Amino acid sequence: MNLRRDVFQAIADPTRRSILLLVATHSMTAGAIAANFDTARPTVSKHLQILTECELLKQEQSGREVYYHINAKKMKEVADFIEPFRKIWDDRFNKLEAIMKNYKPKK
Amino acid sequence: MEYKTQVRAGEGQQDILITRVFELPVELLFKAHTEADIVAQWMNTKVLQLENKRHGSWQYETSDPQGNVVFRANGVFHEFEPPAKITRTFEMENTPFPVQLEFLTFTALTDETSQLDMQIIFKSAAFRDQMLKMPFAYGLNMAHNKLEALLRKN
Repeated sequence: MNLRRDVFQAIADPTRRSILLLVATHSMTAGAIAANFDTARPTVSKHLQILTECELLKQEQSGREVYYHINAKKMKEVADFIEPFRKIWDDRFNKLEAIMKNYKPKK
Repeated sequence: MEYKTQVRAGEGQQDILITRVFELPVELLFKAHTEADIVAQWMNTKVLQLENKRHGSWQYETSDPQGNVVFRANGVFHEFEPPAKITRTFEMENTPFPVQLEFLTFTALTDETSQLDMQIIFKSAAFRDQMLKMPFAYGLNMAHNKLEALLRKN
């Protein structure tokens, strides 16, 4: 039974976000990925399954090993991501400005 | 709502330019980058170390509501010249992303306004693009619903 997983549900989990970061630049086997976490191997496998189901990760067979890599198609074009990036910094800077407007020098 | 922050990431380039004008004197804008408790507030992270001097180091750590560390980054200051300039490295721990180089320039526009220009240089154009494609890499601390709203808009 393969439920179609929601991308947002998938990246809501910090471990799954860490997995995406890990394989962002090169493909890795499940074992190599699991070695980066304290969590039990079956838990990591479950995360990999969810990420694969929602197509954020792709599996690639190479000999006896299965490698996981980022599904570039699912990840949007760079231009689409400048706006979210800008929003993150804009939020941070708005907060900075608000904090410093109320800044009282320490005595 | 119009964003006050501009971001430029030229096609095929390996850097990102972030520019923002603040309604703050330049000294206060600079101070917001040097006092650990203030940095912690607007960066929404724990500040483990912040040695404000040339060759000093910094380290941030962010945990999720359950207390698991989800993000840790560190770096070294190469130039530290109040209230005008900070040059530092940025390394995300436990990820394969190479170290980034960041140039922060603080400029007084009037007595009450100032501008911050931030240039982030990546090891390659490919790494820069990879990083941009994962906004959550910069906002791991963001609440899920906030992140979701952000992504749905695109």
